[in-house]
Amino acid sequence: MPDIFIPLVNNSSNNTSGSNPQRIVIDPLTRIEGHLRIEASISNGVITDAWSSSTMFRGVEAILANRDPRDAWILTQRLCGVCTTVHSLASIRAVENALGITIPDNARIIRNLIEGALFITDHVVHFYHLHALDWVDVVSALSANPADTSALAQSISAWPNSSAAYFGQVQTRLKNFVNSGQLGIFANGYWGHPAYKLPPAGNLLAVAHYLEALDWQKEIIKIHAILGGKNPHPQTYLVGGVAIPVDKNSAKAINPAAIAQLRTLAAKGLDFVSQVYLPDLMLVASFYKDWAGYGQGPGNYLAFGDFPLDNSGTPAGYWLPQGLVFNKNIGSKPQALDVNQIKEYVTHSWYTYSGGDGSALHPSVGQTTPNYTGPTPPFDNLNVDQKYSWLKSPRYQDAPMEVGPLARMLVAYAAGHTRVRQLTDQVLASLGVGPEALFSTLGRVAARGIETQATAEQMSPWIDALEANMNAGVNDIHNGSKWDPSTWPKTATGWGSTEAPRGGLGHWLRINNGVIQRYQMVVPTTWNGSPRDVNGVRGPFEQALIGTPIADPQKPLEILRTIHSFDPCMACSVHLIDANGKSTGIQVRVE
Amino acid sequence: MNAEPKEALSDGRPQISRRSFLKLAGMMAVTLALPKVYTGVIAKALETASASAGRLPVVWLEFQDCTGDSESFIRATQRTDPVQTGLTDPGLIDLLLDYLSVDYHETLMAPAGAQSELSLNNVMQKYPGQYIAVVEGSIPTAQNGVFCTIRGRTALSIAQQVLPGARAVIAMGSCSSDGGLAAAAPNPTGAVGVKDAVPGLNNFVALPGCPANVVNLVATIVHLLTFNALPPRDASGRPYFAYGAEIHDHCERRPFFNAGQFVQAWGDAGHRQGWCLFKMGCKGPKTDHNCPQVKWNDGTSWCVASGHGCIGCASPKFWDTMSPFYKALPSA
Repeated sequence: MPDIFIPLVNNSSNNTSGSNPQRIVIDPLTRIEGHLRIEASISNGVITDAWSSSTMFRGVEAILANRDPRDAWILTQRLCGVCTTVHSLASIRAVENALGITIPDNARIIRNLIEGALFITDHVVHFYHLHALDWVDVVSALSANPADTSALAQSISAWPNSSAAYFGQVQTRLKNFVNSGQLGIFANGYWGHPAYKLPPAGNLLAVAHYLEALDWQKEIIKIHAILGGKNPHPQTYLVGGVAIPVDKNSAKAINPAAIAQLRTLAAKGLDFVSQVYLPDLMLVASFYKDWAGYGQGPGNYLAFGDFPLDNSGTPAGYWLPQGLVFNKNIGSKPQALDVNQIKEYVTHSWYTYSGGDGSALHPSVGQTTPNYTGPTPPFDNLNVDQKYSWLKSPRYQDAPMEVGPLARMLVAYAAGHTRVRQLTDQVLASLGVGPEALFSTLGRVAARGIETQATAEQMSPWIDALEANMNAGVNDIHNGSKWDPSTWPKTATGWGSTEAPRGGLGHWLRINNGVIQRYQMVVPTTWNGSPRDVNGVRGPFEQALIGTPIADPQKPLEILRTIHSFDPCMACSVHLIDANGKSTGIQVRVE
Repeated sequence: MNAEPKEALSDGRPQISRRSFLKLAGMMAVTLALPKVYTGVIAKALETASASAGRLPVVWLEFQDCTGDSESFIRATQRTDPVQTGLTDPGLIDLLLDYLSVDYHETLMAPAGAQSELSLNNVMQKYPGQYIAVVEGSIPTAQNGVFCTIRGRTALSIAQQVLPGARAVIAMGSCSSDGGLAAAAPNPTGAVGVKDAVPGLNNFVALPGCPANVVNLVATIVHLLTFNALPPRDASGRPYFAYGAEIHDHCERRPFFNAGQFVQAWGDAGHRQGWCLFKMGCKGPKTDHNCPQVKWNDGTSWCVASGHGCIGCASPKFWDTMSPFYKALPSA
C-alpha cells in the first residue's frame, strides 16, 4: 500500500481524554459552498452539543441599495455560483410582484427548464463530488476485483459502462494516480476509517461514477448555455420574462434545432439519474441504514414550493407544493405557509438590534448593526456562550425549521404529490425501512435523489410545452408593459420566492423613485445553519449532530456526513442590508 | 460518456490520438492568439510535461467568493464531440487531471479541518516556489479582516502566507482581480483584490470575468508549461490573449450595428433575428474580453448570442462602472 496514511495532526481540543466533554473544531468544513466552522462536544464517543458558525460576510444587500431594481437579479445571482440562478429567480419574481407584472408562458417554461437543469446537475454533483467521500473509501477501491465491481454494477443497473475491463481501467488510473505520490484532493482523507462500510467492489463502482459524473455534469448544464449563454451565471433573466428569443424560423432563437438539443441533454440527464445516481444511492444507503437513526434535526420542515405550471403566480399552481410540516407529521396535509410568521434573532449572531438582542424581527422591518464580538484572529475557539456566527437565526412561530430536498419531499408527500409519493414509497420499500427513516441524515440523502428523479422526468413535458408554443407561433418571451421606470409607481413593495437546490429562498424589496430602497433575503442555509436563538434553541445543523457517534475525534467523519446531508451553501446565507435604504454600509442585517 | 472507451493507455487514461492531441494544441494556440506554427510547439511541450515525473501543484484559495469560479473550473470540457469524431479527444478536463495536482481546494478536497490544513502545509513545504496559487473571491480588510476567517485566521493573513511563495498567482474571476461584488459601492467590508491585499507579487495573472472562463485559465497554464513563462499581460495583470480586444469588435452581431439594425424591445422581430443589443444596454463596446471567440461551455454559446447584452463583467470595477446594466451606452 502506498504511503498515503499521512500522520494526522490533532484537531484543536480543550480536552484530550477522560469523561469530560472533548471539544473538537472542524474549520474549514470542506466540500460545501463557502466557509463553515463546526465546534462540537464529545463525551464517551457521542456528540453531546454542537455549534454552527458562518465565518464569511460580504454585504450584498447594502450594495443593492439605490440601484435599478431591474439590475438586482444580476447582483443577487452572484450570491452563489453553485446554485447559480436561484437568487436571480427570486429577485425578478420580487420585482414583478412589486410592479404587478405577469410573465408570458414561454418565460415561465424557460425559467422552469433552467431551474430544473440546476436541480438535476447540482444534486448529482452534491452526491458524487461533495458527499460521496463521506461514504466511499477511495483507497479501498484499489483492492477491488474489477470483475466483482462489474457483477455488482450489472446487478443494480443497466448502465452500459459496466464491464470488468472498464472498471479495471478506472482502477489502473487510480493506482497510477496514487503511485505518483501526488494525491491532490484525495490527500489526507479519512481513508481506512472504521465508519466506512462499503466493500471494495462498491467503492470502485462509486469512484468510477465520481469520474463519470464529473464528465456528465458539464454536458447537462449546457442547457443553461443554450437558454442563457453560459454557466455558471447564465444571463437570460429579465424583469418581465427572459432574453432568449423563441422563433421557429430564426437561427438566432429557440428553434427546432435548439429544442432537439434540449431534448438530447434532458434525456442524457434522466438516463444518468435513473441508471447511475439512484442505483448508487440505493447501494450506498443499503450499507448505511444505521444513518436513518442519526441526524434528525428539529423535525419541522418548510417549503416555499416552486416550478409554476400555470401563469397564475399563486402556490396552487406549483409543481412542488408550498407548506409546512411540524413534528414529523406527514400523515395529514401540510400547514399553509404564512410568511408573516418568519422572524429572526441575533442573540448569538454578530449583530445588534436597537430594541435589544433578545427581540425578534420580521425581515421586512429588521434593522441590524454588525457587531463582531468574536475572538481576535488568529483564534482557536469561539466563545459560543456569546455571539458566534455571521448567520442570524430565522424561526417560524419561534420554531427552527429545516429547508431543502427533504423538506420539499415531505411537504409534497403530505400534500399527496403522486410522483413524489410513488418514488418515496419505492425507496423506503426497497431499503426495507419505514417512513420514520426519512427524518435523518440518510433521509436527506434519499430525498435529494427522489427529487432529482422526479425533476429529471419533468424536463421533457416542459420542453414539449415550449415546442408546442414555438410551433404555434407563440413567440412572446417578455412582458414589456412595465419595463420603462416611468411606468412605475413612486413606491412599490414586493416579494418573491423560489426553491434553491438547498431549500426555500425568499427575497423582499421596496422600490422608491425608481431605485431599490430596501432589499432583504431569507436564504436556505440561514435556516439550516443558524446559531441558537434567544431561547437557546439550536439551529438544525446543531440539533442534527446531537447523539451522533464519533469513532475517532481526530477524524470526525461522522460530522461531515450529517452536515453534508444538508448541502450547506454559506455564501448565500450571509448578506448585509441597509435597513434605512441609505448606502452607508452601517445599518446591516443578515438573513 | 455513454460509450465505453475502446482502448486505453497502460496507465488507464483514455487513448489519445496524435491527431486529436494536435487539435487540442491547435485550439490552445488559437486561444492564446499564437501563430499556427505554435501548435506543434505546444503539443511537444504538453507531451514532455505529461511524461515528466510530477504534475504542477495547485493551491486554490477561496475567500469572499460564491464558488462560481470553481464551478467554472469543473466545467472544463473537451472541444470535439467523441460521438461525431469517434475519438476520445484530450479535453481540458484531462489537462487539469493529468498536468495539475490540485492539492488544496476547499470545495473539492476530501479532508476537512486539521487534515485540510495539513494538505496546505505539505504543498507549501514540499514545493516552495513551484506551486500555482489560484485565488477566488475578494479579501476583506476592514476591522482587521474579521469578515472572512478560515481555521480562525483571516483571509488576509492566509493570502500573505501562501501567495508570495507561489510560482504564479492567478486571480480567478472579478472578485479576486479587483474586489468584485463585495467591493462594489459602498464596499461594506473593505474588500480588495489580490494585488491590493498582497502588494508586490511577482508573476501575477488576473482573469477577471464573472465567472472567469476556464478556457482562459487552461490557456494560461498551457502557456506556462510550453514557454516556462506566463503569457504577456497588461498593467493590471490581464493576459493580452484574452483581454486584448473589444467584445464589440469581434461580436457576431457587429454587422447589425454597422447597418444600424438594433433590437428595440425584448422579443421583437430584430431580437428574434439576432440584431445588435446596443440599445438594450449591451456593454460589449466598453469591454475587452474574448467571449465572442472562445464562448462558453464547450463553445455552446455566450451571453450576447443568447439574446442578452454584455454586462461588462471583465471590466474593472464593473458593478459600479457598467451599471445600470440596461442603460444604453452614450456611444460605441
